[in-house]
Formats: sequence, structure tokens, C-alpha cells
Amino acid sequence: MALKELSSLEKCLGLKKPNKYSTQGERKVPVLQNNNGPALVGLVTIASHLVHEAKRTELLGNSAEQRAVVQQWLEYRITRLDNCSKEEVKVILKELNQYLEDKVYLAGNSFTLADTLMYYGIHHIIMNLAVQEKEKFLNVTRWFDHIQHYPGVRHHLAPVVVLRNRVYPSGQH
Amino acid sequence: MKLFVSEGNPHCVKVLAGLEVTGVKCDVQLVSHEERVVPFLNRPVLPVLLLPSGQHLFSPNAICQYLFEVVGKEASDDGNQLLEWEATELQPAVLQALHMLMLQGKSGEAGTVLKGPLGWLEQYLSKRTTPFLTEETVAVADIVLWAALYPILSNSTFEAVVGELPSVRGWFKRVSQVPACEAAVQRVLQGKGLDALKNFLQKQPAPHIQRRDSPSSANATEMEDSELMMTEEEVEVAAQAWSKGLPDCSDSTQKKHPILPQEGKRNVLVTSALPYVNNVPHLGNIIGCVLSADVFARYGRLRGWNLLYVCGTDEYGTATENKAREEGLTPQEICDKYHAVHSSIYKWFQIDFDYFGRTTTEQQTEIAQDIFWRLHERGYLLEDVVEQLRCENCQRFLADRFVEGVCPHCKYPEARGDQCDKCGRLINAVELKEPQCKVCQQTPEIRSSKHLFLDLPKLEGELEQWLEKSMGSGDWTVNAKHITRSWLRDGLKPRCITRDLQWGTPVPHPDFSDKVFYVWFDAPIGYLSITANYTSEWEKWWKNPQQVELYNFMAKDNVPFHSVVFPCSLLGAQDNYTLVNNLVATEYLNYEDTKFSKSRGVGVFGDMAKDTGIPSDVWRFYLLYLRPEGQDSAFSWADMALKNNSELLNNLGNFINRAGMFVSKFFEGHVPEMVLQDEDKRLIAQVCWELKQYIQLLDKVRIRDALKCILNISRHGNQYIQVNEPWKKIKGGDDDRKRAGTVTGVSVNVACLLSAMLEPYMPTVSQTIRDQLQAPAHCARAMLYADRGFLCSLSAGHRIGTVSPLFQKLESEQIEALRKRFGGQQVPSSTVNSAQPKPPAAAAPAVNASVSAADPEKAKQLAAAVAKQVRTCAKCQIKNNPIIITIFPSTQ
Repeated sequence: MALKELSSLEKCLGLKKPNKYSTQGERKVPVLQNNNGPALVGLVTIASHLVHEAKRTELLGNSAEQRAVVQQWLEYRITRLDNCSKEEVKVILKELNQYLEDKVYLAGNSFTLADTLMYYGIHHIIMNLAVQEKEKFLNVTRWFDHIQHYPGVRHHLAPVVVLRNRVYPSGQH
Repeated sequence: MKLFVSEGNPHCVKVLAGLEVTGVKCDVQLVSHEERVVPFLNRPVLPVLLLPSGQHLFSPNAICQYLFEVVGKEASDDGNQLLEWEATELQPAVLQALHMLMLQGKSGEAGTVLKGPLGWLEQYLSKRTTPFLTEETVAVADIVLWAALYPILSNSTFEAVVGELPSVRGWFKRVSQVPACEAAVQRVLQGKGLDALKNFLQKQPAPHIQRRDSPSSANATEMEDSELMMTEEEVEVAAQAWSKGLPDCSDSTQKKHPILPQEGKRNVLVTSALPYVNNVPHLGNIIGCVLSADVFARYGRLRGWNLLYVCGTDEYGTATENKAREEGLTPQEICDKYHAVHSSIYKWFQIDFDYFGRTTTEQQTEIAQDIFWRLHERGYLLEDVVEQLRCENCQRFLADRFVEGVCPHCKYPEARGDQCDKCGRLINAVELKEPQCKVCQQTPEIRSSKHLFLDLPKLEGELEQWLEKSMGSGDWTVNAKHITRSWLRDGLKPRCITRDLQWGTPVPHPDFSDKVFYVWFDAPIGYLSITANYTSEWEKWWKNPQQVELYNFMAKDNVPFHSVVFPCSLLGAQDNYTLVNNLVATEYLNYEDTKFSKSRGVGVFGDMAKDTGIPSDVWRFYLLYLRPEGQDSAFSWADMALKNNSELLNNLGNFINRAGMFVSKFFEGHVPEMVLQDEDKRLIAQVCWELKQYIQLLDKVRIRDALKCILNISRHGNQYIQVNEPWKKIKGGDDDRKRAGTVTGVSVNVACLLSAMLEPYMPTVSQTIRDQLQAPAHCARAMLYADRGFLCSLSAGHRIGTVSPLFQKLESEQIEALRKRFGGQQVPSSTVNSAQPKPPAAAAPAVNASVSAADPEKAKQLAAAVAKQVRTCAKCQIKNNPIIITIFPSTQ
């Protein structure tokens, strides 16, 4: 999973030469072998490294504050979202939904690495939501739809259909 | 900027140490553990740093990183890596260990949990030449890891269990001596040692490090399926069953009409939602109703059920009147015209109805009026006055769709009388601002008129009782249950069953002689009247719930009419009607982005499918492959090409063709002798398992999922051929030649089974395979009937026919042309005239190109390509640009 993400991220960043990755441990943590030093371990670490390599550091945030927010959501992705239980999924969706209520992107007004990795990580969850649930987590759905259409992001993942109008408008029948 | 911390919270040690070390100025506020500082998080989380921008940082690591960055110490790859490791590996282990030790008193187990991470850190540090983790001085990683480990390494209980860790201990001591760290510990633990943490730990959800129930299992299970583990016994049982071969099967496969329920048989009545006559059906309609029901009906017949599949066009209602006006015909002429259109489309899609009727028949009037009178006599009808718009100029009451005006909610100027296309809200036609008659543009008046209502509240109790039984014993899709329950939860209201129209079933009551039945009341009765047109003994199906099992297929927008409203009519009529046992509703098949609407005519229509040059079976396959089962799905031309090329051509077609070709080329068209080895038996067992899945899934109407079983079998088959290389072995010695014979024989028998399993999905391909293999006519039925399983149906010596490729490649240019041709028809105005879009003239050459792809020359090339086993790259860069499709309600 993580490896597909990283290769999509490479394409998304416009990196010409694809890197070779391996995984380690039970959790299949990605590892990047590096010619100029020791191997890099961990999805966020490698992803941030790729962003630097592509000279797209704005994707990690434009200010110290924004960089911290980006880091925070990257951490959220790997600690809370990855391998979370079924009950936890609902909590996460609820939290993100509230957080995204007044935001376009995870780190405010510009697109960052946090959006990309959160999108990759949450895709299988959104994919399996019923229409009613998508409506319930409207802000997440809106953000998700936005990110999946952000140029160059989607790559290895299937598009998820998002309906624009409500299926069960209130007060009818 | 403000930092919120709480006492006895180990995470706060991190940030306070970070604050001290960096010397960043910041207010620190002490709050309780339960304080919810971050509004959007579900649980109270601390520490939290409120940034000058008003954003909250709630991750201690991100806070520390930020503090270090403020004083000019930027993140490094090394540092990042350690922080990520801390967050994903160390932190969960530490929390679990603390939980075990402090709350459960299990120090030994707590030590075990920590062994891995601490061992890793020991190794990491032993290789470093610097005194600290990343540099010569204390950096962010040191603070974070040190604080995380503080409760562990400062506690003597752990000393014994975690073992010697010289490098870790040395480093830990160095960091502990930094004054900032000492101060932070003091501030959080207040000199109470680890006991200070107890309160905090109790408030935390029990940590569970072993979280392997990854929800990404959707993909995982698919992969696991292919590596299914079989026991020796299972393999042996499957192989023995196989060797028995086909039984003599006297079951006649010929249908004898009229099909009527039979004692001692499984009597299954299948209906698909009646398509509304005034339009050409959509691909969406087709997959949602008729095609899904067709697959199930074909499957049921293969299984030997006594099954009747009826459908027909729903012909009454305002839309028909409207269409008739538009085309200058009478409603009857419109119905005749479009009924023929529907028939021919379904014929092309090979929908095998036992009877395809229509609702404008005498039987409809008879049965509908009978149900009406029975409801009336039993007091289930109410009278009420309804306000309606009437156009004086046209001399009639305006149905919802005949009015346009300004949406009362969003001010959209072209809102329809039933719904606003812009905001999607439902509208009561009399609420429209500035209403206009759509026919003459005059302003209609509000008039009141007397109508009859079905008293749903009175029937609610009985309905609920029946629903509980039906949902409990039958197969209702999740969405069907959900929608039904939401209707009941909101409480039922009386529903108007009459309309001021001409084109409908007349209301027989003298007080309402100028009215007809509202389509929602009338249309489902069509199931009964269509059956009555098929056989005069229709009541044996419809008034026979003891013997008959009823399956209704539809898209989800039709659910309430089939699960609430129509059952209420039948329950109220009290005439022992057969009510639905299994309600199968699909989600929407549509396009990801654009909103589309029937009145604007955006979408792909059934009659155009055949003009694409793509065979009906391939259409069926792709629509069923993405059948919106459980969730919405989207049609895309590029994906269709991909699935055709990768699944049909390279997987399924390739396998069946190779198996047949080997028999023709290497064994002069005779199935060779088969001596089963372990490997062959394993394949047979795998195939058996997939077949069992297929049957289980289709019994539960999981049509899309069952299709995957077919593709899995041919995947297994391809692998089997690839590994055993019969084309090489045939050139070898005697043993090798025998081996080639067995592999070929088993493969061609798998191909024969595939033809049976394909029958419900791709009837023509299925028949072609059987013709090519000259397989016994009853083999499909024999293997699926009564769970007989996978049998050797082509025994040694059987002569097969001429084998040729089953599928053609869809070229990307061809698909791109089709995409353009069907994708660009955004009709600008919302006039009703645009309901039937024509492809733009400019696309004509592209059409020719697509048709010519089916020419014989091309087929020859393809045959050559298949023979050479040339694999097209499944990942070829076809632009993914799906087209718009939806399923519209077929009852208005």
C-alpha cells in the first residue's frame, strides 16, 4: 500500500527517476535505500524527503506554523488513520469533518503533502461509505472530492463517486 | 500563543522540555485532563499549542518541531525519521507498557512490549558517534524520545525487564541532565514520580498495539482468495467428484409456456421495475433493473428452479401525455412506438423475459379497479381536497412536470414543479414563484380539487409486521432495508392515488369519474396485469404466497414504492396476494462529477449501445462488472476498454482459447487421456471452491461479486497452463506427452465449466464456447443443478469443434472516439425536446472507425495476437474520462 502511495507521490511531484523501495517489519514500513547515506524509514519521512528532492518545499508548508500543522496531520494519518479499527473510523471521520468545516485544505488555504497522504490513506474508507454516510460527513466528502480532482494526485486509486445533490432531502415522502 | 498542559500527562513533558530548551516565549496554562481545548477532536487531548493564527496543534511532536523551528532549527531527514518512529512504534508501546504496569500490575508483559523498540534504539545509538541522537547538542528528536521514555527509564521496575541497554542509558542520562528537561519533569510529575501518571492513564482508552484488523481488507481479501489454502481431503474429494463425470440428465432445458407454480419445486417469480415508456432506456436502467434480473433469472433456470421472469413498459401518466403532445401523436401511439423501442433494446441486450408486456391493457384496468374497490370497501381510502395548478389556456390541471418557475428556496429561475435542479430540493408545485405552464407559458391558477388518498397510517401496523417477517427471512439489500426503515421512522402519511388526467386507468368511483389513478398506485399493479396477459392463471403466481417466492429488482429510488406503498395496497385489499420476499435494489451507476438529468437528456441510451460495434455480451459483462452493488459506481469508456482487454481478452478469452487450441493442435481435436496428479487435483479443488462461492453469491443475488469468481477460475487456469507448459511437454518423451495431455484435458474441462458459469452473464459467449467444444447441451445445467459441482464433462476421446478467439481488443482510439461521441452532449437548454439527444454530426467519421474495428481483417490480426499470447499492457495509459450515466426512476 505505502509503496504504491510513494510511487504515486513521485509522479505527482514530477520526479523523473522512480526510487526503489522495500518494506520492513510486520507493519510493512516503507524503506528508501539511499546512495548518499543510510536508508530512510517511514512513510512520512520518505514523503517529506521526496518533496525536498523535487524542490517543492511549499508542499510542507510556507511558514513555521503551517509546517507544524502539516506535520501534525501527517502524523495523524500514520498514527490514527492507518490500521484503525472499524469503530475508530467513525471517530476519525467525525473529527476530520468538524475540522474541515471551515477549511479548504488540511493546512488551511493551500494544498500540501498532508492532503495528498491523507487522501491516499482515507481512500479505502471513503470508497466503502454508503451515500448516506458520505452525506453525513459532508465536509470530508467535499475535501476528498476536491483532492481526488487536484491535478496529478489520484494516480493509483480509483475515482470515488460523489453525488452533488442529496439523496434523501429532509421533509419529503 | 498559548500552551495548554495538564498535570501527570507524560506528553506534556515533551512540550515543556521543548519550550525550556528553545526558550520560546509562550503562556502556559494548566488545565484538567478532561478539558476539551481542541473543539473538533472527539476526546480531550493535551498538550495543545494555540498558534498565533488561531490554529491548534495537538500533536506533542509537531509542537516540539514547531518550537525548534521558531528558533531556527529546521527539521532534518534524520530527525523526522526518529519522530515518525517515536509516533508509530515507540509511543504505542510505551503507553501499552505503562497501562499494563500501572493499572494491571503486569510488569513482565510490559517489558516484553518494550523490548522491540528499545532494542532498535540501542542499536541505533550504538552506531552513532555523536553524544545525542542526531547532533552534538540536544535536538528535537532527543527531547521527544527522552520524554517518551522518561516514565520507563526513570522507573526501577523496568530495569530488570528491559535488560542492559548501555547506549540508551548513557544517552538518556545525558539528556536528563539538561536543566530544561529536569524542570519539565518536575512541573508535570510534581515530584510524585510515576504515580502522578495514574490519573492520566485511567482516562485514556485502553491501548491496543495489536491492531491488525486493517480495514483495507477489501483488497487484501481479493489477494488472499487467490492463495487459498486447501486441505488434502478437500482436494481429494473435489478430484473424485470430478472424475465421476456428467450424470445422465433427463431434465428438459426447454421452457414450456405458460410457466406455472408447481408443487414440490422452488417457484420463483422475478420482476424488474417497469421502465417508463416515454423514453429510451438508459444503460443505468438496464443494469439497475432488467439486466440484473435477467442474470438472476438465467441463473435460477440453470439451477433448475421453476422460475417466471416478467416485465413490461409502464405506459400511463403525464410524461406520456406530454411526449405525445410533443411528437404530435396520441398517447396510445406513443406507447406503441416506445414499447417497440424498449422491446428491441432488451432483445439486443439478450434479456430473456418470459413475458414482456405493458400496462395499458384491459387486465390492468380490471385488476387495478378490483384492488381499488377492495380498499374502498375496507375503509382504507380517504377523501381530501388538494390545491393544484390549473392552466386555463390549456384547459387542464398541470402535473408537476408541466410547471416551471422560480425555486422558492434558492431562486433558481428554471425550477420544475416537483424538484429544483439547482439546489435539489423537492418542491410542492403550488409553492413555485412565478409559475408558468410549460406548454403555453401562461400563468396557471391555483384551484382545489377533490381526491382520494390511500390511508397508509391505518395500514402501518400490518405493514411493519409483514416487513419484519419478509426482511428477516428474505434477501433484502442493505439500501432497501435502510430506505424502508427511514420511511417508517418518519411516519406514514395518507397518499393521493388519483390524478386529474386523461391518460391513465380510470377511477371507477362515480364521484371521481373524470380522474385516473396516480401512476405510483397503478404502475406496480402492472406486474400483476402483465402476468395476467401472459397467462389467465396469473393468480397462481400472485395470490399464492405459500408456494411462490417473489424477487423484485430495481434501482434504489424505487424502493419505497415496492416496500411500503404497494405492499400497503395489497395488504389493504386482503386478497392473499403474493408480497415481495426479496427486494434487490442497486445503488446509482453514474458519473463522478457532472449533475445530469433526464429532462436534459444527458446520458447514454440503450439503442446507441449496439451502434458502438461492441458486442452485447461485452456490454453486459462490463455493466455487470461495475454493477452498483452496495455502493455507487461510475461508467467509464476507458475502463470498459481496460476491462475488456485485461479481463475478457487476456484472462478469460485467453485461457479458454488456449485450452481449446491445445486440444486441436496437439491432439487432433480429441480430448486426451487424463491421469490426475496432485497439481491437477489442486486446480480442480480451487475451481470447485470458486464455483461454490459463485453459487453462494448468486443465491444471495450478489451478481457482481459472483462474476469475480469466474474471472478467478480463468486466472487459476492460465497459471496452471503457464506452469505446466503443455506446448513444450508435447515435444518431449512419453511421460511428458502424457503430462501435456492431462493438463490440456483438465484445462478444456475448466473451459467447459466456465461456459456454464458464464451463461447468466454472457449468454452468447457461453453458447459459443459450448459450440466450439461441442459440449453436451445439458452440461451447464448439470453442474449447477443441485450443487453437483465441477464435473469432467468432456471425457477422454470427446471430439471438439473449431476453436476461435472469443473477444476482440478495444483500441484506445476507438474508445476515445466513443467517449467523445457520447460524452459531449451537454444540451444547453432544459427544454423537453432535448430529451432524446442525437450524436453531433461532427462525430460521424469516428463512428465509422469504431465499426470498422470489427472487420474480418482485424479479427484475423487479433487471432494471431491471441495465439502468440501477446499480452497487452493492462496499465496502458488510457485517459480515464468516464461518461455520464444514471438510473432514473421508472415510476414517475
